[in-house]
Amino acid sequence: MTDTAFLPDGWELVVGLEVHVELDTATKMWCGCATTFGDEPNTNVCPVCTGQPGSLPVVNKRAVHDAILLGLAINGHIAERCQFHRKNYFYPDLAKNYQISQYDTPLVSDGFLDVEVEIDGAIVIRRVGIERLHMEEDTGKSLHVGESGRIHGAERSLIDYNRCGIPLLEIVSHPEIHDPVTAQAYLRELQAIVIATGVSPARMDHGQMRCDANVSVRRFGDPLGTRTEIKNLNSVRSLGRAVRYEALRQVDEITGGNRIRLETRHWDESRSVTETLRVKESVTDYRYFPDPDLVAVTAPTERVETIRATMPELPAATRQRFADAGLNREQAIGVIALTAIDVYDDAVKHGADATRVAQWLVGDIAGVLTQESLTLAEAGLTGQHLSDLIAMIADGQLSHTMAKTVLGHLVDSRGQATPQAIAKKHNLVQLQDTDALRDIARQVVDENQETVQAIRGGNTKAIGALVGAVMAKTKGQADPRATNQLLNELINASA
Amino acid sequence: MARELTDHTAHELAVLLTDGTVSAREVTDAHLERIATFDGVDTSSGVWHRDDNTGSNDTAIHAFLHVLADAARDTADEIDAKRARGETLPAFAGVPVAIKDVLTWPGSPTTCGSRMLANWNPPYQATVVTRLIDAGLIPLGTTNMDEFAMGSSTENSAFGPTRNPFDVACVPGGSSGGSAAAVAARFAPFSVGTDTGGSIRQPAAFTGIVGTKPTYGTVSRYGLVAFASSLDQAGPFARTVADTAALHDIMRGHDPRDSTSITQAAPAFPAATTDLSGVTIGVISELVTDGFSPDVLARFNDTCQALSSRGATLIDVSLPHAPYGLAAYYLIAPSEASSNLARFDGVRYGLRVDADTAEEMNAHTRSEGFGTEVKRRIMIGTHALSSGYYDAYYLQASKVRTLIARDFSNAFTHVDALLSPTTPSTAFRFGEKTADPIAMYLSDVATVPASLAGIPAMSLPIGIGDDGMPVGVQIMAPLLRDDVLYRVAYAIEQTPLIPTGPRAVAEVNA
Amino acid sequence: MSLPEEDVRHVARLARLFVTDDEVALFAPQLNAILGYAEQVAEVAADDVEPMVHPFAPADVARDDIPSPSLSRDAILAGAPAVEQMRFAVPRIVAEEG
Ligand SMILES: [Mg+2]
Ligand SMILES: [Zn+2]
Repeated sequence: MTDTAFLPDGWELVVGLEVHVELDTATKMWCGCATTFGDEPNTNVCPVCTGQPGSLPVVNKRAVHDAILLGLAINGHIAERCQFHRKNYFYPDLAKNYQISQYDTPLVSDGFLDVEVEIDGAIVIRRVGIERLHMEEDTGKSLHVGESGRIHGAERSLIDYNRCGIPLLEIVSHPEIHDPVTAQAYLRELQAIVIATGVSPARMDHGQMRCDANVSVRRFGDPLGTRTEIKNLNSVRSLGRAVRYEALRQVDEITGGNRIRLETRHWDESRSVTETLRVKESVTDYRYFPDPDLVAVTAPTERVETIRATMPELPAATRQRFADAGLNREQAIGVIALTAIDVYDDAVKHGADATRVAQWLVGDIAGVLTQESLTLAEAGLTGQHLSDLIAMIADGQLSHTMAKTVLGHLVDSRGQATPQAIAKKHNLVQLQDTDALRDIARQVVDENQETVQAIRGGNTKAIGALVGAVMAKTKGQADPRATNQLLNELINASA
Repeated sequence: MARELTDHTAHELAVLLTDGTVSAREVTDAHLERIATFDGVDTSSGVWHRDDNTGSNDTAIHAFLHVLADAARDTADEIDAKRARGETLPAFAGVPVAIKDVLTWPGSPTTCGSRMLANWNPPYQATVVTRLIDAGLIPLGTTNMDEFAMGSSTENSAFGPTRNPFDVACVPGGSSGGSAAAVAARFAPFSVGTDTGGSIRQPAAFTGIVGTKPTYGTVSRYGLVAFASSLDQAGPFARTVADTAALHDIMRGHDPRDSTSITQAAPAFPAATTDLSGVTIGVISELVTDGFSPDVLARFNDTCQALSSRGATLIDVSLPHAPYGLAAYYLIAPSEASSNLARFDGVRYGLRVDADTAEEMNAHTRSEGFGTEVKRRIMIGTHALSSGYYDAYYLQASKVRTLIARDFSNAFTHVDALLSPTTPSTAFRFGEKTADPIAMYLSDVATVPASLAGIPAMSLPIGIGDDGMPVGVQIMAPLLRDDVLYRVAYAIEQTPLIPTGPRAVAEVNA
Repeated sequence: MSLPEEDVRHVARLARLFVTDDEVALFAPQLNAILGYAEQVAEVAADDVEPMVHPFAPADVARDDIPSPSLSRDAILAGAPAVEQMRFAVPRIVAEEG
């Protein structure tokens, strides 16, 4: 199945994505309150971010810097001078009842991302245009109290302004994505770039990166159809599923003789459907106007170039570097997706083999992290850990199975212990060609003379049974290679 | 007649305080006593709040909304103790000040003259208030105003109007009517007002005192509850030019909490001088027309002569776009206000009127919390910003604003200062203009152009009109040249030609 | 451009003001008069004029990304009309978000 073939013949999907990224600044956009995630409600608040009468905003320097950096990373044009506008609408989680945002002079315009998409087994590059990137502020959080726990059916709502005023970047793509796979690839690439530039951890499960999709369908050659806006897309996977569902739903509606309404729809992950959140009767009148409390932000060429000079390696370059180091495409993408570039580089620097490192990262380590719902950073795994582990296997100190056990303990300790200490503590030491192993092997040869005869008679495969017996006696600690060699020596020597 | 402590200027009090002739406590008590007598306030102890039915039938001035008598006495005692210990104190330490109820001051509610904030105790302090306190001034309380500073008569206060100390049947002007009346009635030698389109200058003119709207950006707006952010500026009231300059100097200065606060240093204020040789002053033709009452124009012409006699060169100057100032102002200010006042929704502070849904709660809270004029301006502003009207209203007005500012800068290439009457007429009577919003708005026709351009402007008294009410002249100077206002004002003030000085309330009431 | 009563209601809705029929009847002519006066700005030829937002045009006023003490939760919640679970409580929201 190709990426577009899920729609009936003759239909085209049109998707534009609006992505909000919470910047990883120490303080909010307009005030010195902390941006810590998960603090007690209404503890990171002040007159400014709770909209107290008479309070005034002052721009966070770092937020502007980060916005320019990301703007450059998405190949955007940085405006020499831009200003903030007020977007006026009433909502209890919006402390001033207007959001400070940008309107006709966004900081960044005309960017693009080249994303790699696999179509029919071939990798193609798709360019997705980015209309704008602008600076704005986040809203507070509402807790809906009542039976449903969701906004519908709630009796009342409780507002926490800790998140209110956290710097946000809004990145708006052109509506020129025509299949769910490209939409996903774009979001994944954008996330990787955000992480690479260091402006945000971009964790969708923490709301640090949020995606809304504008979806419409049309018959090829027709003008754009009416779009719906899908909210609550909490992962790259949800984006793909929701776009697919919504496109099919729209085609069904239209071929069934119905019209698509301009509306906001909610993606229900558990039921795998989109459903109407609210119908927009007309375009909301936000009454944008320049915020008189704030002054212009300028980005003269020198400033932009100074920032550009600090641009870290971006994912495309990383992928190329990984390929040069011998990683295959899945490994390269996997290491980046795991936000494991630093750990990878560190492990390689400590002497580990690049492809081995990648195998571990995208294989066993990714597995453990998924199982434990942890990020690499949360698990405390470092490049040193990884290179040690790989070295211990290469030295024959650990079997692969033992190394996996060590990894489990390492994650349990959140990286506090070393692989060596864990192996020692849990007695995970592979028996090498030592006197002890030689004694056990001799014992096994003595006890299994029939098998020994069979081997001598040419049934070399039967050696496996002897190795298994040694393993059993050593409770798995014997080095299989050393054991194999030892047994062969003993069998041949006494022949 | 022996001079009372309350008759003294701030400069005179500063001398008496410094040399130990009087204590800060005595000065404070004298002013509190006068407030008790003439403002319908109990200043015996504690905190006093005006509510909306206070004294609608009496003849008290009603300048104050809150008087913090105990806090004022405590502050005075602290200052006296410091002085007794030989500590070096700021020049005006121990001088009382009244503050418009639009600047946040924890300890007193900040109501903005609105039912919406009747019980709001701000959780933080305005930078200007901090500067007053750091200068050793003694805040006596907060003063009445048109609701959210929208008005020209103080009749729009939710807590009843303030009366003009010259004639209690007349309005004191607005929106800073309470602060102007407090100084005119000698409840305090200093008071702080705010000016968006004339809210310091017009009440200064109506009550016969001096009031300055500083250059936009030179006095911090942090803690000033916003009406129109691009125009709002706090400024001083006093009874003499020197006192006004002194309070202005205390208030101004860069504030990192206000993004629009400017960092450029402005020239120091001049020492009193009456010599204006070499100074060219322009008279704005568009603001000296038959739309102004004859007695106002007569006093204005006297003032021009006085200035010539001091050596100034007077020339006529045209500001071709000034006549459009009021129209532009009544689009820009309400537009900003409609957004600034959106935060009053019954969620975080202030009034809440309960309802089934958050949206209905917001709408009912705002309808009951805001008075008629505030609602009118919110609706005008909402309309001026709304889709389909933005270009014709808000945007066009903002372009006209550019042209007005350009007119001023062109004029200032020829002249050092500009002159006009402050208001078209003297103080009007209660109820005279409440039914006709535009008639009321026209009170600001001469003050609004300087507000739009951001330039400094002041009003000072130049005598009495045919109705016995004060007349004011407006002086305007280039951006950051607030010092020029004081230079010209000193010369006018010192001219015997100008019979002025506010009458005491006692005389009015007698 | 005049503002019929139905537009007055629309503006009130945008401004989240509850207005009675009597208020609409009072406001409509007043708002029309004010707008009628304000429309004088249209007489000025200003097509190629930059709109003015600030009297000065300062730029790049910004603060360092260094935390400063927040207000105590008690101080912020003290002014709130209704508090529940340390949060600002409002009646149910009929979704109408921006
Ligand atoms: Mg946004
Ligand atoms: Zn804050």
